[in-house]
Amino acid sequence: MSQKFKNIRRRNVHIEDIIEETLNVKTILFRDKFCQLAKPGQYVMIWIPGIDEIPMSISVRNRLSLSGVTVEQVGEATEELFKKTLGDIIGIRGPFGNWFQPNTGNVALVSGGTGIASLFPLIETLIKTSAKIVAVLGFKSLKEIIFLNRIRKLLSDKRYHRIIVTTEDGSYGQKGLATDVVSSLLKKETFKMIYTCGPELMMRRVFDLAEESRTHIQVCLERIIRCSVGLCGSCFIGEYRVCKEGLVLSSEQLRQVKDEFGTFKRDFNGVKMHFKTTH
Amino acid sequence: MPFDISMHIAGLNLRNPTMLAAGILGMTGLSLRKVWNAGAGAVVTKSISFQPRLGYKNPTIVDVGYGFLNAMGIPNPGVYEYVEEAKIAISEGELVIIVSLYGNTPLEFAKMARIVETAGVNAVELNLSCPHVKLGGMEIGTNPTIIDKIVKTVKKHINIPVFTKLTPNISDIKTIARAAEDAGSDGIVAINTVKAMAIDVESGRPLLANKYGGLSGPAIKPIALRCVYEIAQSVNIPVIGCGGITDWKDAIEFFLAGASAIQIGTAIAYKDVNIFGEIIKGIKCYLKRKGYNNIKEIVGLSHT
Repeated sequence: MSQKFKNIRRRNVHIEDIIEETLNVKTILFRDKFCQLAKPGQYVMIWIPGIDEIPMSISVRNRLSLSGVTVEQVGEATEELFKKTLGDIIGIRGPFGNWFQPNTGNVALVSGGTGIASLFPLIETLIKTSAKIVAVLGFKSLKEIIFLNRIRKLLSDKRYHRIIVTTEDGSYGQKGLATDVVSSLLKKETFKMIYTCGPELMMRRVFDLAEESRTHIQVCLERIIRCSVGLCGSCFIGEYRVCKEGLVLSSEQLRQVKDEFGTFKRDFNGVKMHFKTTH
Repeated sequence: MPFDISMHIAGLNLRNPTMLAAGILGMTGLSLRKVWNAGAGAVVTKSISFQPRLGYKNPTIVDVGYGFLNAMGIPNPGVYEYVEEAKIAISEGELVIIVSLYGNTPLEFAKMARIVETAGVNAVELNLSCPHVKLGGMEIGTNPTIIDKIVKTVKKHINIPVFTKLTPNISDIKTIARAAEDAGSDGIVAINTVKAMAIDVESGRPLLANKYGGLSGPAIKPIALRCVYEIAQSVNIPVIGCGGITDWKDAIEFFLAGASAIQIGTAIAYKDVNIFGEIIKGIKCYLKRKGYNNIKEIVGLSHT
Protein backbone atom coordinates (compact mmCIF):
# COMPACT_ATOMS: atom_id res chain seq x y z
CA MET A 1 0.00 0.00 0.00
CA SER A 2 2.72 2.45 1.03
CA GLN A 3 4.72 1.98 -2.18
CA LYS A 4 1.78 2.66 -4.46
CA PHE A 5 0.72 5.75 -2.58
CA LYS A 6 4.15 7.24 -2.00
CA ASN A 7 3.37 10.38 -3.98
CA ILE A 8 0.64 11.31 -1.51
CA ARG A 9 3.15 11.53 1.34
CA ARG A 10 4.36 15.02 2.09
CA ARG A 11 8.00 15.82 1.40
CA ASN A 12 10.08 18.98 1.66
CA VAL A 13 11.68 20.59 -1.35
CA HIS A 14 13.94 23.60 -1.76
CA ILE A 15 12.91 26.41 -4.05
CA GLU A 16 15.59 26.17 -6.72
CA ASP A 17 14.44 28.86 -9.12
CA ILE A 18 11.80 31.56 -9.35
CA ILE A 19 10.49 33.09 -12.56
CA GLU A 20 8.86 36.48 -12.08
CA GLU A 21 6.07 36.33 -14.63
CA THR A 22 4.35 39.62 -13.77
CA LEU A 23 4.21 41.92 -10.76
CA ASN A 24 1.98 39.49 -8.89
CA VAL A 25 2.56 36.17 -10.62
CA LYS A 26 5.59 33.98 -10.03
CA THR A 27 6.55 30.48 -11.09
CA ILE A 28 8.26 28.61 -8.28
CA LEU A 29 10.53 25.75 -9.29
CA PHE A 30 11.69 22.79 -7.25
CA ARG A 31 13.16 19.33 -7.75
CA ASP A 32 10.78 16.39 -7.31
CA LYS A 33 10.75 13.11 -9.18
CA PHE A 34 6.98 12.60 -8.90
CA CYS A 35 6.15 16.06 -10.24
CA GLN A 36 8.55 15.59 -13.11
CA LEU A 37 6.35 12.68 -14.25
CA ALA A 38 3.09 14.56 -13.68
CA LYS A 39 0.45 14.40 -16.40
CA PRO A 40 -0.92 17.64 -17.88
CA GLY A 41 -3.66 19.03 -15.63
CA GLN A 42 -2.47 17.40 -12.40
CA TYR A 43 -1.93 19.43 -9.25
CA VAL A 44 0.13 19.37 -6.07
CA MET A 45 -0.66 20.47 -2.55
CA ILE A 46 1.84 23.11 -1.45
CA TRP A 47 2.42 23.51 2.27
CA ILE A 48 3.68 26.81 3.62
CA PRO A 49 4.64 25.86 7.20
CA GLY A 50 2.59 27.64 9.81
CA ILE A 51 0.29 29.26 7.24
CA ASP A 52 -1.77 26.96 5.02
CA GLU A 53 -1.70 24.24 2.42
CA ILE A 54 -3.09 25.04 -1.02
CA PRO A 55 -3.71 23.17 -4.29
CA MET A 56 -1.67 24.40 -7.29
CA SER A 57 -1.64 23.10 -10.83
CA ILE A 58 1.71 21.94 -12.10
CA SER A 59 2.73 24.43 -14.78
CA VAL A 60 6.29 23.29 -15.40
CA ARG A 61 7.68 19.78 -15.73
CA ASN A 62 11.23 18.89 -16.43
CA ARG A 63 12.73 22.31 -17.04
CA LEU A 64 16.37 21.38 -16.39
CA SER A 65 14.89 18.60 -14.24
CA LEU A 66 12.87 21.07 -12.19
CA SER A 67 9.09 21.18 -11.79
CA GLY A 68 7.02 24.16 -10.84
CA VAL A 69 3.78 25.86 -10.01
CA THR A 70 2.60 29.29 -11.04
CA VAL A 71 1.32 31.38 -8.17
CA GLU A 72 -0.85 34.47 -8.32
CA GLN A 73 -0.87 36.63 -5.23
CA VAL A 74 -4.51 36.48 -4.18
CA GLY A 75 -4.69 35.65 -0.47
CA GLU A 76 -2.77 34.98 2.72
CA ALA A 77 -1.26 31.69 1.60
CA THR A 78 -0.14 32.89 -1.83
CA GLU A 79 1.22 36.08 -0.27
CA GLU A 80 3.39 34.01 2.06
CA LEU A 81 4.46 31.82 -0.83
CA PHE A 82 5.40 35.00 -2.67
CA LYS A 83 7.76 35.99 0.14
CA LYS A 84 9.71 32.75 -0.22
CA THR A 85 13.04 32.97 -1.95
CA LEU A 86 15.68 30.70 -3.45
CA GLY A 87 16.71 27.96 -1.04
CA ASP A 88 13.59 28.23 1.12
CA ILE A 89 11.70 25.06 1.91
CA ILE A 90 8.10 24.25 1.03
CA GLY A 91 6.20 21.01 1.60
CA ILE A 92 4.57 19.24 -1.32
CA ARG A 93 2.30 16.25 -1.87
CA GLY A 94 1.05 14.89 -5.14
CA PRO A 95 0.72 15.00 -8.07
CA PHE A 96 -2.99 14.39 -7.63
CA GLY A 97 -6.05 14.19 -9.81
CA ASN A 98 -6.81 13.03 -13.32
CA TRP A 99 -5.43 14.72 -16.42
CA PHE A 100 -6.28 16.12 -19.82
CA GLN A 101 -6.70 13.44 -22.47
CA PRO A 102 -4.65 14.49 -25.50
CA ASN A 103 -6.27 14.46 -28.91
CA THR A 104 -4.99 14.42 -32.47
CA GLY A 105 -6.19 16.74 -35.22
CA ASN A 106 -7.64 20.21 -34.81
CA VAL A 107 -7.89 21.23 -31.14
CA ALA A 108 -8.48 24.50 -29.34
CA LEU A 109 -7.13 25.69 -26.00
CA VAL A 110 -8.94 28.47 -24.21
CA SER A 111 -7.50 30.14 -21.15
CA GLY A 112 -8.46 33.01 -18.91
CA GLY A 113 -5.78 34.77 -16.87
CA THR A 114 -3.42 32.44 -15.02
CA GLY A 115 -5.46 29.45 -16.24
CA ILE A 116 -2.91 29.19 -19.04
CA ALA A 117 -0.40 27.89 -16.48
CA SER A 118 -2.47 24.71 -16.03
CA LEU A 119 -2.77 24.25 -19.79
CA PHE A 120 0.92 24.74 -20.57
CA PRO A 121 2.02 21.12 -19.88
CA LEU A 122 -0.84 20.02 -22.14
CA ILE A 123 0.55 22.08 -25.02
CA GLU A 124 3.88 20.29 -24.58
CA THR A 125 2.05 16.97 -24.86
CA LEU A 126 -0.18 17.99 -27.76
CA ILE A 127 2.62 19.07 -30.07
CA LYS A 128 3.97 15.53 -29.81
CA THR A 129 0.66 14.01 -30.91
CA SER A 130 0.83 16.17 -34.04
CA ALA A 131 -2.30 18.11 -33.14
CA LYS A 132 -3.12 21.36 -34.91
CA ILE A 133 -3.51 23.79 -32.08
CA VAL A 134 -5.40 27.04 -31.79
CA ALA A 135 -4.50 28.72 -28.51
CA VAL A 136 -6.90 31.44 -27.38
CA LEU A 137 -5.38 33.24 -24.44
CA GLY A 138 -7.52 35.77 -22.62
CA PHE A 139 -6.09 38.34 -20.20
CA LYS A 140 -7.39 41.47 -18.52
CA SER A 141 -4.59 43.64 -19.91
CA LEU A 142 -1.07 43.66 -21.31
CA LYS A 143 0.57 43.72 -17.91
CA GLU A 144 -1.11 40.46 -16.91
CA ILE A 145 0.07 38.43 -19.86
CA ILE A 146 2.07 35.34 -18.85
CA PHE A 147 3.58 32.34 -20.65
CA LEU A 148 3.16 33.93 -24.10
CA ASN A 149 6.80 33.68 -25.14
CA ARG A 150 7.06 30.07 -24.03
CA ILE A 151 3.91 29.20 -25.95
CA ARG A 152 5.13 31.05 -29.05
CA LYS A 153 8.27 28.93 -28.93
CA LEU A 154 6.26 25.70 -28.68
CA LEU A 155 3.74 26.67 -31.34
CA SER A 156 6.25 28.29 -33.67
CA ASP A 157 5.22 26.22 -36.69
CA LYS A 158 2.63 28.54 -38.20
CA ARG A 159 1.52 25.96 -40.76
CA TYR A 160 -0.21 24.09 -37.96
CA HIS A 161 -0.64 26.32 -34.97
CA ARG A 162 -2.26 29.66 -34.21
CA ILE A 163 -2.11 31.87 -31.13
CA ILE A 164 -4.83 34.45 -30.48
CA VAL A 165 -4.39 36.79 -27.53
CA THR A 166 -7.24 38.90 -26.21
CA THR A 167 -7.20 41.62 -23.57
CA GLU A 168 -10.29 43.14 -22.04
CA ASP A 169 -8.90 46.67 -22.30
CA GLY A 170 -7.37 46.18 -25.73
CA SER A 171 -3.84 46.90 -24.50
CA TYR A 172 -2.57 43.87 -26.41
CA GLY A 173 -3.92 41.61 -29.16
CA GLN A 174 -7.63 41.60 -29.85
CA LYS A 175 -9.80 43.69 -27.60
CA GLY A 176 -12.47 41.63 -25.88
CA LEU A 177 -12.95 38.24 -24.27
CA ALA A 178 -11.49 34.88 -25.15
CA THR A 179 -15.04 33.52 -25.31
CA ASP A 180 -15.89 35.96 -28.16
CA VAL A 181 -13.04 34.46 -30.17
CA VAL A 182 -14.23 30.93 -29.36
CA SER A 183 -17.72 31.83 -30.50
CA SER A 184 -16.54 33.05 -33.90
CA LEU A 185 -14.02 30.20 -34.32
CA LEU A 186 -16.75 27.62 -33.76
CA LYS A 187 -18.85 29.21 -36.52
CA LYS A 188 -16.05 28.73 -39.04
CA GLU A 189 -14.30 25.50 -38.14
CA THR A 190 -14.67 22.26 -36.25
CA PHE A 191 -12.49 21.00 -33.45
CA LYS A 192 -11.88 17.50 -32.18
CA MET A 193 -11.53 18.85 -28.65
CA ILE A 194 -11.57 22.08 -26.68
CA TYR A 195 -9.47 22.36 -23.52
CA THR A 196 -10.15 25.17 -21.13
CA CYS A 197 -8.92 26.57 -17.83
CA GLY A 198 -9.79 29.91 -16.28
CA PRO A 199 -12.55 31.61 -14.31
CA GLU A 200 -15.53 29.28 -13.97
CA LEU A 201 -18.03 31.61 -15.66
CA MET A 202 -15.72 31.84 -18.68
CA MET A 203 -15.41 28.05 -18.80
CA ARG A 204 -19.18 27.66 -18.50
CA ARG A 205 -19.60 29.96 -21.51
CA VAL A 206 -17.04 27.93 -23.47
CA PHE A 207 -18.87 24.73 -22.45
CA ASP A 208 -22.20 26.14 -23.66
CA LEU A 209 -20.64 27.19 -26.97
CA ALA A 210 -19.06 23.74 -27.32
CA GLU A 211 -22.41 22.05 -26.64
CA GLU A 212 -24.14 24.20 -29.25
CA SER A 213 -21.61 23.14 -31.86
CA ARG A 214 -21.46 19.53 -30.62
CA THR A 215 -17.77 19.83 -29.76
CA HIS A 216 -16.13 17.77 -27.03
CA ILE A 217 -14.59 19.69 -24.18
CA GLN A 218 -12.33 19.13 -21.18
CA VAL A 219 -12.57 21.64 -18.38
CA CYS A 220 -10.13 22.14 -15.50
CA LEU A 221 -12.14 22.97 -12.36
CA GLU A 222 -11.31 24.65 -9.09
CA ARG A 223 -12.96 23.77 -5.78
CA ILE A 224 -11.95 23.86 -2.13
CA ILE A 225 -9.49 21.03 -1.70
CA ARG A 226 -8.44 19.75 1.69
CA CYS A 227 -7.47 16.08 1.75
CA SER A 228 -6.84 15.71 -2.02
CA VAL A 229 -7.32 11.94 -1.79
CA GLY A 230 -11.11 11.76 -2.10
CA LEU A 231 -11.90 11.42 1.60
CA CYS A 232 -13.13 14.64 3.11
CA GLY A 233 -15.78 15.62 0.55
CA SER A 234 -14.97 19.35 0.51
CA CYS A 235 -14.68 19.51 -3.28
CA PHE A 236 -17.84 17.89 -4.63
CA ILE A 237 -19.50 19.04 -7.82
CA GLY A 238 -22.53 16.78 -8.27
CA GLU A 239 -21.26 13.28 -7.62
CA TYR A 240 -17.69 14.09 -8.61
CA ARG A 241 -14.85 14.81 -6.22
CA VAL A 242 -12.85 17.48 -8.01
CA CYS A 243 -9.71 16.51 -6.01
CA LYS A 244 -9.76 12.96 -7.30
CA GLU A 245 -12.16 12.55 -10.23
CA GLY A 246 -11.08 16.03 -11.44
CA LEU A 247 -9.68 18.53 -11.82
CA VAL A 248 -10.51 17.76 -15.44
CA LEU A 249 -14.13 16.97 -16.29
CA SER A 250 -15.39 15.90 -19.73
CA SER A 251 -18.49 16.99 -21.66
CA GLU A 252 -20.41 13.92 -20.45
CA GLN A 253 -19.53 14.64 -16.82
CA LEU A 254 -20.27 18.35 -17.15
CA ARG A 255 -23.75 17.59 -18.49
CA GLN A 256 -24.40 15.65 -15.26
CA VAL A 257 -23.47 18.69 -13.16
CA LYS A 258 -24.75 21.48 -15.37
CA ASP A 259 -26.92 22.89 -12.60
CA GLU A 260 -23.79 23.45 -10.48
CA PHE A 261 -21.07 24.17 -13.04
CA GLY A 262 -20.80 27.95 -13.36
CA THR A 263 -23.62 28.44 -10.84
CA PHE A 264 -22.15 27.78 -7.40
CA LYS A 265 -19.31 26.19 -5.52
CA ARG A 266 -19.11 25.36 -1.84
CA ASP A 267 -17.35 27.31 0.87
CA PHE A 268 -15.14 25.76 3.56
CA ASN A 269 -18.29 24.94 5.58
CA GLY A 270 -20.11 23.41 2.63
CA VAL A 271 -22.40 26.41 2.11
CA LYS A 272 -23.16 27.22 -1.53
CA MET A 273 -21.38 30.30 -2.91
CA HIS A 274 -22.89 31.57 -6.13
CA PHE A 275 -20.65 32.85 -8.90
CA LYS A 276 -21.10 36.51 -9.64
CA THR A 277 -21.61 37.52 -13.24
CA THR A 278 -19.38 40.47 -14.01
CA HIS A 279 -19.93 40.65 -17.76
CA MET B 1 -30.82 -17.71 -4.43
CA PRO B 2 -28.52 -14.77 -3.70
CA PHE B 3 -26.75 -15.02 -0.36
CA ASP B 4 -28.52 -12.76 2.13
CA ILE B 5 -26.33 -10.60 4.35
CA SER B 6 -28.98 -8.14 5.49
CA MET B 7 -28.87 -7.06 9.11
CA HIS B 8 -31.43 -5.80 11.57
CA ILE B 9 -29.84 -3.35 13.99
CA ALA B 10 -31.68 -1.27 16.58
CA GLY B 11 -34.75 -1.08 14.41
CA LEU B 12 -32.87 -0.38 11.19
CA ASN B 13 -33.09 -2.82 8.32
CA LEU B 14 -29.76 -2.79 6.54
CA ARG B 15 -29.34 -4.50 3.17
CA ASN B 16 -25.81 -5.32 4.31
CA PRO B 17 -23.71 -4.55 7.41
CA THR B 18 -21.35 -1.98 5.84
CA MET B 19 -21.71 1.74 6.52
CA LEU B 20 -19.93 4.87 5.44
CA ALA B 21 -18.16 6.26 8.53
CA ALA B 22 -18.87 9.80 9.73
CA GLY B 23 -16.64 12.56 8.45
CA ILE B 24 -15.83 10.89 5.17
CA LEU B 25 -17.38 12.44 2.03
CA GLY B 26 -20.93 13.12 3.28
CA MET B 27 -20.80 16.90 2.96
CA THR B 28 -23.48 16.90 0.25
CA GLY B 29 -26.60 14.86 -0.47
CA LEU B 30 -25.21 13.68 -3.78
CA SER B 31 -21.99 12.47 -2.16
CA LEU B 32 -24.02 10.29 0.21
CA ARG B 33 -25.96 8.90 -2.71
CA LYS B 34 -22.71 8.09 -4.50
CA VAL B 35 -21.64 5.90 -1.56
CA TRP B 36 -25.08 4.31 -1.30
CA ASN B 37 -24.96 3.49 -5.00
CA ALA B 38 -21.53 1.92 -4.48
CA GLY B 39 -23.22 -0.61 -2.18
CA ALA B 40 -23.04 0.67 1.41
CA GLY B 41 -25.79 -0.62 3.70
CA ALA B 42 -26.11 2.80 5.34
CA VAL B 43 -24.41 6.17 5.11
CA VAL B 44 -23.38 8.33 8.06
CA THR B 45 -23.10 12.05 7.34
CA LYS B 46 -20.35 14.41 8.31
CA SER B 47 -20.81 15.63 11.87
CA ILE B 48 -23.31 18.47 11.88
CA SER B 49 -23.33 21.29 14.42
CA PHE B 50 -26.04 23.81 15.23
CA GLN B 51 -24.14 26.76 13.78
CA PRO B 52 -22.08 26.54 10.57
CA ARG B 53 -18.39 25.75 11.10
CA LEU B 54 -15.62 26.64 8.65
CA GLY B 55 -13.26 24.02 10.06
CA TYR B 56 -9.52 24.46 10.42
CA LYS B 57 -7.01 25.70 7.92
CA ASN B 58 -4.97 23.25 5.89
CA PRO B 59 -3.09 21.04 6.41
CA THR B 60 -6.12 19.23 7.76
CA ILE B 61 -4.91 15.79 6.79
CA VAL B 62 -1.52 14.09 6.85
CA ASP B 63 -0.65 10.70 5.43
CA VAL B 64 1.53 9.01 8.03
CA GLY B 65 2.08 5.86 6.00
CA TYR B 66 -0.04 3.47 8.05
CA GLY B 67 -3.07 5.71 8.14
CA PHE B 68 -4.14 9.32 8.09
CA LEU B 69 -3.94 11.97 10.72
CA ASN B 70 -6.71 14.53 10.41
CA ALA B 71 -7.99 17.64 12.08
CA MET B 72 -10.72 19.02 9.88
CA GLY B 73 -12.43 20.92 12.69
CA ILE B 74 -15.90 19.59 11.81
CA PRO B 75 -16.60 21.87 8.84
CA ASN B 76 -20.32 21.90 8.07
CA PRO B 77 -23.04 24.33 7.01
CA GLY B 78 -25.04 24.01 10.24
CA VAL B 79 -28.07 21.85 10.84
CA TYR B 80 -30.67 23.99 9.05
CA GLU B 81 -28.71 24.17 5.81
CA TYR B 82 -27.61 20.54 6.09
CA VAL B 83 -31.12 19.08 6.28
CA GLU B 84 -31.56 20.25 2.69
CA GLU B 85 -28.60 18.05 1.70
CA ALA B 86 -30.03 15.18 3.75
CA LYS B 87 -33.33 15.57 1.89
CA ILE B 88 -31.50 15.33 -1.44
CA ALA B 89 -29.92 12.08 -0.24
CA ILE B 90 -33.25 10.70 0.97
CA SER B 91 -35.18 11.70 -2.14
CA GLU B 92 -34.05 8.53 -3.87
CA GLY B 93 -36.06 6.29 -1.52
CA GLU B 94 -34.31 3.20 -0.19
CA LEU B 95 -31.23 4.98 1.17
CA VAL B 96 -30.52 4.52 4.90
CA ILE B 97 -29.05 7.71 6.32
CA ILE B 98 -27.68 8.30 9.80
CA VAL B 99 -26.86 11.88 10.72
CA SER B 100 -23.82 12.43 12.90
CA LEU B 101 -24.39 15.22 15.41
CA TYR B 102 -21.90 17.36 17.24
CA GLY B 103 -23.26 19.68 19.93
CA ASN B 104 -22.14 21.78 22.86
CA THR B 105 -24.97 21.01 25.26
CA PRO B 106 -27.45 18.14 25.72
CA LEU B 107 -30.30 20.40 24.56
CA GLU B 108 -28.39 21.46 21.46
CA PHE B 109 -27.91 17.79 20.54
CA ALA B 110 -31.63 17.20 21.10
CA LYS B 111 -32.70 20.20 19.02
CA MET B 112 -30.59 19.07 16.10
CA ALA B 113 -31.84 15.50 16.47
CA ARG B 114 -35.45 16.72 16.21
CA ILE B 115 -34.70 18.77 13.12
CA VAL B 116 -33.12 15.85 11.27
CA GLU B 117 -35.78 13.41 12.47
CA THR B 118 -38.44 15.68 10.99
CA ALA B 119 -36.48 15.74 7.73
CA GLY B 120 -36.92 11.97 7.57
CA VAL B 121 -33.50 10.53 8.38
CA ASN B 122 -33.28 6.98 9.75
CA ALA B 123 -31.12 7.47 12.85
CA VAL B 124 -28.65 9.77 14.55
CA GLU B 125 -25.11 9.11 15.70
CA LEU B 126 -23.84 11.25 18.58
CA ASN B 127 -20.25 12.34 18.04
CA LEU B 128 -19.06 12.35 21.64
CA SER B 129 -15.55 11.59 20.63
CA CYS B 130 -13.92 14.02 18.24
CA PRO B 131 -10.30 14.34 19.39
CA HIS B 132 -9.57 17.71 17.80
CA VAL B 133 -12.25 20.17 18.83
CA LYS B 134 -11.98 22.40 21.86
CA LEU B 135 -15.52 22.28 23.19
CA GLY B 136 -17.51 19.11 23.30
CA GLY B 137 -16.20 16.13 21.39
CA MET B 138 -13.78 13.99 23.31
CA GLU B 139 -13.91 16.09 26.48
CA ILE B 140 -17.59 15.31 26.94
CA GLY B 141 -17.19 11.79 25.62
CA THR B 142 -14.85 10.71 28.40
CA ASN B 143 -17.25 11.69 31.16
CA PRO B 144 -19.97 9.09 31.89
CA THR B 145 -22.19 11.67 33.64
CA ILE B 146 -22.23 13.98 30.62
CA ILE B 147 -22.76 11.06 28.23
CA ASP B 148 -25.73 10.03 30.35
CA LYS B 149 -27.23 13.53 30.14
CA ILE B 150 -26.77 13.90 26.40
CA VAL B 151 -28.08 10.46 25.46
CA LYS B 152 -31.07 10.74 27.79
CA THR B 153 -31.96 14.22 26.53
CA VAL B 154 -31.73 13.17 22.88
CA LYS B 155 -33.74 9.98 23.50
CA LYS B 156 -36.46 12.03 25.19
CA HIS B 157 -36.88 14.22 22.11
CA ILE B 158 -36.86 11.75 19.19
CA ASN B 159 -38.17 8.33 18.23
CA ILE B 160 -35.56 7.23 15.69
CA PRO B 161 -32.59 5.13 16.92
CA VAL B 162 -29.69 6.86 18.64
CA PHE B 163 -26.16 5.56 18.25
CA THR B 164 -23.34 6.80 20.42
CA LYS B 165 -19.85 7.03 18.95
CA LEU B 166 -17.12 6.58 21.51
CA THR B 167 -13.55 7.73 21.80
CA PRO B 168 -10.70 5.28 22.38
CA ASN B 169 -8.78 8.06 24.14
CA ILE B 170 -9.82 6.84 27.58
CA SER B 171 -8.42 4.29 29.99
CA ASP B 172 -11.60 2.20 30.22
CA ILE B 173 -13.96 2.33 27.26
CA LYS B 174 -16.33 -0.18 28.90
CA THR B 175 -17.43 2.41 31.46
CA ILE B 176 -18.58 4.95 28.89
CA ALA B 177 -20.16 2.24 26.74
CA ARG B 178 -22.22 1.15 29.74
CA ALA B 179 -23.12 4.76 30.51
CA ALA B 180 -24.44 5.14 26.95
CA GLU B 181 -26.41 1.88 27.21
CA ASP B 182 -27.89 2.78 30.59
CA ALA B 183 -28.96 6.16 29.23
CA GLY B 184 -30.92 4.44 26.48
CA SER B 185 -28.55 4.48 23.51
CA ASP B 186 -29.72 2.02 20.84
CA GLY B 187 -26.20 1.11 19.80
CA ILE B 188 -22.51 1.89 20.24
CA VAL B 189 -20.17 2.96 17.46
CA ALA B 190 -16.52 2.29 18.27
CA ILE B 191 -14.14 3.84 17.72
CA ASN B 192 -13.49 7.43 16.71
CA THR B 193 -9.94 8.41 15.79
CA VAL B 194 -7.00 8.15 18.18
CA LYS B 195 -5.56 11.48 19.31
CA ALA B 196 -2.17 11.89 17.70
CA MET B 197 0.25 14.26 15.98
CA ALA B 198 3.10 14.56 13.49
CA ILE B 199 5.97 17.03 13.31
CA ASP B 200 7.91 18.23 10.30
CA VAL B 201 11.61 17.94 11.13
CA GLU B 202 12.73 20.67 8.70
CA SER B 203 10.51 23.47 9.93
CA GLY B 204 10.16 21.97 13.39
CA ARG B 205 6.40 22.56 13.23
CA PRO B 206 3.48 20.22 13.80
CA LEU B 207 2.20 19.21 10.38
CA LEU B 208 -1.47 19.73 11.13
CA ALA B 209 -2.59 23.35 11.34
CA ASN B 210 -4.44 22.34 14.52
CA LYS B 211 -1.29 20.59 15.86
CA TYR B 212 -3.30 17.63 17.22
CA GLY B 213 -5.54 15.42 15.17
CA GLY B 214 -7.10 12.01 15.06
CA LEU B 215 -5.35 8.97 13.63
CA SER B 216 -7.38 6.66 11.41
CA GLY B 217 -6.65 3.79 9.04
CA PRO B 218 -4.80 0.47 9.34
CA ALA B 219 -2.66 1.75 12.25
CA ILE B 220 -5.65 1.87 14.61
CA LYS B 221 -7.41 -1.35 13.61
CA PRO B 222 -5.97 -3.44 16.47
CA ILE B 223 -7.03 -0.74 18.95
CA ALA B 224 -10.53 -0.57 17.48
CA LEU B 225 -10.84 -4.33 17.53
CA ARG B 226 -9.84 -4.50 21.18
CA CYS B 227 -12.38 -1.79 22.03
CA VAL B 228 -15.19 -3.58 20.18
CA TYR B 229 -14.28 -6.84 21.92
CA GLU B 230 -14.37 -5.18 25.36
CA ILE B 231 -17.59 -3.27 24.68
CA ALA B 232 -19.35 -6.35 23.30
CA GLN B 233 -18.60 -8.07 26.60
CA SER B 234 -20.06 -5.27 28.67
CA VAL B 235 -23.24 -4.14 26.89
CA ASN B 236 -26.31 -5.82 25.37
CA ILE B 237 -26.98 -3.24 22.65
CA PRO B 238 -25.48 -3.69 19.16
CA VAL B 239 -21.93 -2.53 18.55
CA ILE B 240 -20.88 -1.03 15.23
CA GLY B 241 -17.18 -1.50 14.58
CA CYS B 242 -15.12 1.27 13.05
CA GLY B 243 -11.39 1.85 12.70
CA GLY B 244 -8.99 0.85 9.97
CA ILE B 245 -11.20 -1.63 8.15
CA THR B 246 -9.61 -2.03 4.73
CA ASP B 247 -10.69 -5.46 3.47
CA TRP B 248 -13.20 -8.26 4.14
CA LYS B 249 -10.87 -9.98 6.59
CA ASP B 250 -10.80 -6.87 8.75
CA ALA B 251 -14.60 -6.79 8.59
CA ILE B 252 -14.90 -10.44 9.65
CA GLU B 253 -12.51 -9.81 12.55
CA PHE B 254 -14.86 -7.10 13.83
CA PHE B 255 -17.90 -9.38 13.55
CA LEU B 256 -16.06 -12.09 15.46
CA ALA B 257 -15.13 -9.50 18.09
CA GLY B 258 -18.79 -8.67 18.55
CA ALA B 259 -19.72 -6.00 15.99
CA SER B 260 -23.10 -6.29 14.28
CA ALA B 261 -22.09 -3.87 11.54
CA ILE B 262 -18.96 -2.06 10.41
CA GLN B 263 -18.09 1.40 9.18
CA ILE B 264 -15.56 2.24 6.50
CA GLY B 265 -13.78 5.55 6.10
CA THR B 266 -10.09 5.96 5.49
CA ALA B 267 -9.85 2.91 3.24
CA ILE B 268 -11.77 4.89 0.62
CA ALA B 269 -8.52 6.77 0.04
CA TYR B 270 -6.86 3.48 -0.89
CA LYS B 271 -9.63 1.68 -2.77
CA ASP B 272 -12.24 4.37 -3.46
CA VAL B 273 -15.96 3.69 -2.94
CA ASN B 274 -15.64 0.32 -4.69
CA ILE B 275 -14.42 -0.95 -1.33
CA PHE B 276 -18.03 -1.48 -0.24
CA GLY B 277 -18.72 -3.95 -3.04
CA GLU B 278 -15.41 -5.67 -2.46
CA ILE B 279 -15.97 -6.13 1.27
CA ILE B 280 -19.58 -7.30 0.83
CA LYS B 281 -18.42 -9.89 -1.68
CA GLY B 282 -15.66 -11.03 0.68
CA ILE B 283 -18.08 -11.37 3.59
CA LYS B 284 -20.46 -13.49 1.49
CA CYS B 285 -17.63 -15.78 0.33
CA TYR B 286 -16.42 -16.23 3.88
CA LEU B 287 -19.86 -17.11 5.25
CA LYS B 288 -20.46 -19.54 2.41
CA ARG B 289 -17.06 -21.19 2.74
CA LYS B 290 -17.45 -21.59 6.51
CA GLY B 291 -21.01 -22.87 6.20
CA TYR B 292 -22.77 -20.02 8.00
CA ASN B 293 -26.23 -18.85 6.98
CA ASN B 294 -25.96 -15.22 8.03
CA ILE B 295 -23.75 -12.73 9.82
CA LYS B 296 -25.60 -13.07 13.12
CA GLU B 297 -24.05 -16.50 13.53
CA ILE B 298 -20.54 -15.09 13.69
CA VAL B 299 -21.18 -11.93 15.73
CA GLY B 300 -19.13 -12.24 18.90
CA LEU B 301 -17.98 -15.74 18.06
CA SER B 302 -14.45 -15.05 19.32
CA HIS B 303 -15.81 -14.68 22.85
CA THR B 304 -16.89 -18.31 23.14
